[in-house]
Order: sequence, then C-alpha cells, then structure tokens
Amino acid sequence: MATSGTTRGAPGLDVDGMLDDPGIRVIVCCGAGGVGKTTTAAALGLRAAERGRRVVVLTIDPARRLAQSMGLRELDNTPQPVPGADPAGGGSLDAMMLDMKRTFDEVIEAHASPDKAEQILTNPFYQALSSSFAGTQEYMAMEKLGQLRARADADPASWDLIVVDTPPSRSALDFLDAPQRLGSFLDGRLIRLIAAPAKVGGRAYLKVVSVAMNGATGALSKLLGGQILLDLQAFVAALDTVFGGFRERADRTYQLLQAEGTAFLVVAAPAPDALREASYFVERLAQERMPLAGLVLNRVTTAHAAELSAGRALDAAEDLDDDDGHALAAGLLRLHADRMQRREREQTLAARFTGAHPAVRIAQVPARPSDVHDLDGLRDIGVSLSTG
Amino acid sequence: MPHDDDPGDTGRNDWDGVRLHVVTGKGGTGKTTVAAALALALASGGARTLLAEVEGRQGIAALFDVPPLPYEERKIAVAPGGGDVFALSVEPKAALMEYLDLFYRLGRAGKVLERVGAIDFATTIAPGLRDVLLTGKAYEAVRRRGRTGPVYDAVVLDAPPTGRIGRFLNVNEQVAGLAKVGPIHTQAESIMTLLRSRATVVHLVTVLEEMPVQETQDAVEELRAANLRVGGIVVNMVRDPVLPDPALDAAARGDLDHRAVAESLDAAGLAGRGGRASATGAARVTRLTAGLLAEAAEHTTRLEVEAVQREQLSTLERPTYEIPAVAGGIDLGALYDLAEQLADQGMSSGR
Ligand SMILES: Nc1ncnc2c1ncn2[C@@H]1O[C@H](COP(=O)(O)OP(=O)(O)OP(=O)(O)O)[C@@H](O)[C@H]1O
Ligand SMILES: Nc1ncnc2c1ncn2[C@@H]1O[C@H](COP(=O)(O)OP(=O)(O)O)[C@@H](O)[C@H]1O
Ligand SMILES: [Mg+2]
Ligand SMILES: [Mg+2]
Repeated sequence: MATSGTTRGAPGLDVDGMLDDPGIRVIVCCGAGGVGKTTTAAALGLRAAERGRRVVVLTIDPARRLAQSMGLRELDNTPQPVPGADPAGGGSLDAMMLDMKRTFDEVIEAHASPDKAEQILTNPFYQALSSSFAGTQEYMAMEKLGQLRARADADPASWDLIVVDTPPSRSALDFLDAPQRLGSFLDGRLIRLIAAPAKVGGRAYLKVVSVAMNGATGALSKLLGGQILLDLQAFVAALDTVFGGFRERADRTYQLLQAEGTAFLVVAAPAPDALREASYFVERLAQERMPLAGLVLNRVTTAHAAELSAGRALDAAEDLDDDDGHALAAGLLRLHADRMQRREREQTLAARFTGAHPAVRIAQVPARPSDVHDLDGLRDIGVSLSTG
Repeated sequence: MPHDDDPGDTGRNDWDGVRLHVVTGKGGTGKTTVAAALALALASGGARTLLAEVEGRQGIAALFDVPPLPYEERKIAVAPGGGDVFALSVEPKAALMEYLDLFYRLGRAGKVLERVGAIDFATTIAPGLRDVLLTGKAYEAVRRRGRTGPVYDAVVLDAPPTGRIGRFLNVNEQVAGLAKVGPIHTQAESIMTLLRSRATVVHLVTVLEEMPVQETQDAVEELRAANLRVGGIVVNMVRDPVLPDPALDAAARGDLDHRAVAESLDAAGLAGRGGRASATGAARVTRLTAGLLAEAAEHTTRLEVEAVQREQLSTLERPTYEIPAVAGGIDLGALYDLAEQLADQGMSSGR
C-alpha cells in the first residue's frame, strides 16, 4: 500500500462528508496554475455523482484527453451528461467546458434588443474585451456559475451540487479579484468621461477635468486613431443601457460565494510557489468570510516501502555495490532513497503550511505515474481525496 | 575548448547571430528559470545580455533574490568568465509614457493623462497596444547602440505563456484595429520585421508531461503559421533514470527477480538482526521487496510516459536541450549550473 500521507499535525479533510452533505450546493476548486484544479473538480464531481448527488461540473480548460473521456466538447457551453458515470447510487453527472466568448455573447444577447446586441457584438472593443482581456475568463466563470445556480434553484430536478473549476490564472486570487477589476474598469470614471463627459461629476470638477480631458482624449486619439474613441463611446453607451452595471453583476455572484452552502477547496502542489499561493488564498478567504473546506495537496510523492528511510537505503545500496550480483537491488534502493528524500522535502513544506494555518484541513493525493485522462483515473483520484 | 571525450560539450552554438531570444512555455514549466539561465549562458565569457520580463510579476527579482526591479535596466549578475547580465521588468504604463514623451514631447500633459487614468485605460483596453509597448521595449534594447556597437549582445525575453504567445508576438495583426497611420503602426511594423528576422527565435520550455507537451506542439504550429521562427525546445525538470537499463527493461516487463532482490536486501542487513531466519526478518524483507518492486513499476510507467512525450517533441524537429530537476529548488548556484548545461548542449557558445 502506498502510504497516503496525512500531514503531520494537520486535521484531515472529510471529503465524503462534504460531498454527502445536502447543504453543500457549490464547491469551488481554486489554486495556482497546473496544480490539478480541473482534475480535482472533475474527480469530486464524479465521486459525488456516484454517491448519489445530482452534479454539474463546470470545467474551464481540461486536458484534451480528459475532456474527450468526459464527453466534453467546446461547442456546447451548456452541461451535457457524462457517459460512463455510474447512476446506480441515484445520482447523475453533467459536465461542461466554459466558452468564455460565447458566455459573454449570451449575456449581451439576453439583455439587449437584437439590434443593440448586434451593435455591441461587432464593436472592436467588445471583441477585444471578450476574447483577450485579462480577467474576462474569471468574470465569465462567475457568470456561468451564477447561471447554473439559478437553473438549479429554479428546477430542483436539475442539479443539487455544482462543482466549479477555476481559470488557469497565475494567482489563485485572480478568481476573486478579476471580475471586480473588470467590473470597476467598465464602470470606471474615465470610461464614463469618454463616453459622456457631461454626465459625470459636479460642475467644479468638470471645469478642471474637461481641460485635461480634451488634452487626454486628443493625445489618445492621435496615438490610437480617432475611430477608436468613437468605437469606444459607442461601446460604452450601448453597454450602459444593457447592464445594470457590470460591477453589480459581479457583486451578486461574489455574494453567492460567501453564502452558506458554498465550499472552497484550495488545490496546491507540494512545492514552495504553489503553497505560498495557497497561503495567500486561505488568508484572503478568511478576510472575505468565504467558507474554506480545506487544502487538497495534489501530486505528493508517496513510497511503497516507507518503513525504510532514505539514509538506510543509501547505506545499504553502498554495501551492495561491491558485488555485481546485487546491482539490481542497489538500483532499487537508490530509487527508493530518491523518493523518500522528495517525500521528506514535500512533507516539510506541508508541515510549514500547517504551522502557519493549523486549522486548515488537508487531503493529500498521491502523484500518479501518468496523467489522469479517463473516468477510472478520476475515480482513483476520488478515492485518494477521500482517504488522504 | 571542446573535448572529444566530453560528449556534453559540443562546442557548437545553435543560435549564432540571434539577438533576441523569446522564451515561452506552459505556465509553471520554468520559463523564467530557463530565460535567466540562458541570459547567463549568453553573457558568459565577457558578453552583455539583458533579461527582460513583461508580466510585472517580479519573477526575475525573486529568482536572483534582489529587491523588485524598477522600470530601469539593472545589472543583476556576473556571468562565468566575465560578462554581465542586466535585468528589466517592462511595465506597459511606463513604456507608454516614455513613448508619448518620445513622439509628442507631452511634458506636463503626460502627467495629466496619467492622473485621469488614461494611461491605465489605454494600456488595458486598446487592442494590442500593451503588447506593442512590451515587445517594443525589447526591440529598442536589441537595436540600441553604444559607441562601439550594440549595447547588448543578446536580449532574453521571459515572455507570456504558450496560450498567449502567438497573440503577443503577432503585434502587427493586433494593432490592425488601431490608427492606420501614426507611430504605433510604424512601430508595430518595425517590431514585426525584427521578430520575423533571423535575429529572433522563440524557445519553448516544457516538462515531459502530456499537457505541457501538447501546448508546446500547439504553440509551434501557431508560431510557424505566423512566420515566427521556432528556436529550441528546453525540456525542464528531467529526472535521472536511477535504475540500470537491464533492470528498467525487466521492470517494464514486470519480471524483476523477487528472490534475488530479497537475497540482496538480506545481504545488506535489511532483514534486521536475526536475518531472514527470523520470522519478523523474513516478513520485513518480503514487505520491502514488494514495496521496492512496486516503486520500480511506477518508475518505469513514468519513464514510458516520458518516452512518449519525448517522441512527440522529436516530431517538431527542433534542437532540444534537457536540464535536470534540481533537488530542493533553484538557487543562484543552481542557476549557474543550468546555464552551463545549456551552453554545453549548444544553446549558447559558452565562450
Ligand atoms: N530545473 C528545475 N529544477 C527544479 N525546480 C525548478 C526547475 N525549473 C524550475 N523550477 C521551479 O519551478 C517553479 C516554476 O518555475 P518558473 O517560475 O521558472 O516557471 P515559469 O514558467 O516562469 O512560471 P510562470 O508561468 O508562473 O511564469 C519555480 O519554483 C522554480 O524554482
Ligand atoms: N495526482 C495526479 N497524478 C498525476 N497527474 C496528475 C495528478 N493531478 C493532476 N495531474 C495531471 O496534471 C496535469 C494538470 O492538471 P489540471 O487538473 O489540468 O491542472 P489545473 O487545472 O490546476 O491547471 C494534467 O495532465 C493532469 O492529468
Ligand atoms: Mg485547469
Ligand atoms: Mg515566470
């Protein structure tokens, strides 16, 4: 048996307890890029579904083979049943992959008259914003979560648990911050000034600013071209009538994240950077009064002969070196020593995290020798999550 | 000097004549680390290089353990054999101000622009402007001349990740929506000319896992379609195969010799005081043997996955460099070590 490492001193995370709790309606998997957020989200969704929950998983950027095995297609932007999830426990599993541009387009289409929508959708600013603005993906992930939640509330037969993956940001905090940043950017003073200078601020303020603004817009239009300001004005004016404010929209989903029934899982790899990110995130969640379920320490090194220390293994390997007949065993012992040393370093990092955040529950998931690309792989991860 | 008996040192330089090395890769695969090692390698033996980052993350400062870099070139390291590495964190807002000053001599009006948030705004939303400013700074550094010639022998750009690299470098297309005439357009065209010239290559950093390798392949395709020159593939965090080859083969077939291993472990005293003659000693050896063999099996699975990924990378037909996973993480010493390994493999001349 691989030693599923419980972290020294850290309380264990009861994953099955969380998945079985009908009060938990939303699980959000956060963390720095590449640590296993998408894998964890998918594994939790599958496990919950096979334990009887009616689950929808919102993935953002699954690895290609994993997406294929879950029947995810980019084209949908709406949840589809996952073939191969076992319905015997009375649950069900739907999954989708976020199409951020499409989600944005749909928000516009849902709230604007057809010709107004057309105006916005073809505006070059909108196109830049909806396809490449840093933060749009986070914003749309939140938007989609809001939509799924609304549907789950309206139709109790649809889903009783939403598992959300988060975008591959460099920082886990981006998921919380980017939507508001985008919201305030679009609601911002300058964008309004440019759109309709007269509407903003008092008269005195206007006097000072309008001079500056003429200079500013003048220089900007020289630099960027006059057309761009016209496009921008058109864009802001059109959006204004459509949205009750971008920021309010973002705020609403934000509140959903603070609500009871939401559980955050922070995913991290046992590496200094990832754990530092996890630390920041844990602190931030506390500040925001967002409910943290625990830390998933993913891809930890395990050993199958953990009773043999690295030092002993290396000594023994050296003893055996003199005799060619023992070369194989010597090699195995060195391999083992290598693993034990890595494991030791990782567990030291984990212990340090726990030192700083003693109350955070931790589940450790072993690094598998190969990628996770099918439902069986996800089931294995699910088992590790619930026992580690 | 290259030695015939040293297979590591090829004495070759695959990127002779290249002045701008763009380094990209999937997030977290080691772009910053490799860019820094390459800047060191290229500076060694008395040259001068600039290592520039563009995402405002202060990854370079963290790596070299210095305070956050200002928007100003600073010497951060001395290369082996003499040679200087300078570093810069390119900041789009500062770059825009610099730019406006250069073209419009804005003076105080520039400050006003900044105060009302116009600079922030323009660099945030004007399609492509940000990237033109960032690549523009690298362009300027490559072309900058001192009294005796170029100020920098090479510029290494720690670039955005693979998912964004095509857009980032395709500045011309990006600013297509902006002013048709004017400095931004002219600038974008000059940058594009440099990026597509023989003086520029885009290196890709990856690790031997499915997703990063897939992203590498996708990026290569995208770069080639955009007429950008793909440089080398740097395979990062490679682990030594600890087992001797015959043992690996046997492990892969699943027929490692249990009995022989058990005997060896006993011979090494791992059965404990009573040896395998005692019941606990025998049980212990059996357990350890099973454990070690299970670890070997996982190890070979891992190596098989890596072999498949190496195979995928070889189809790209680019010079490929491998650098090891450094136990315990990267410090300054490790960075010099990686630089030397890149040079030995021909990524720089390592004069
Ligand atoms: N060869 C190596 N051996 C050991 N650790 C490494 C190696 N290369 C990189 N690392 C570590 O991996 C982590 C990520 O590396 P780095 O910051 O260079 O990646 P990056 O691609 O620049 O990441 P990002 O996408 O976040 O900018 C760092 O902690 C770094 O020290
Ligand atoms: N415990 C694990 N063992 C082995 N591979 C894993 C494990 N967890 C994740 N992976 C692999 O790591 C890669 C990145 O995982 P992913 O979940 O997409 O990360 P993220 O969503 O955080 O960027 C995928 O190829 C996945 O199969
Ligand atoms: Mg992901
Ligand atoms: Mg980096």
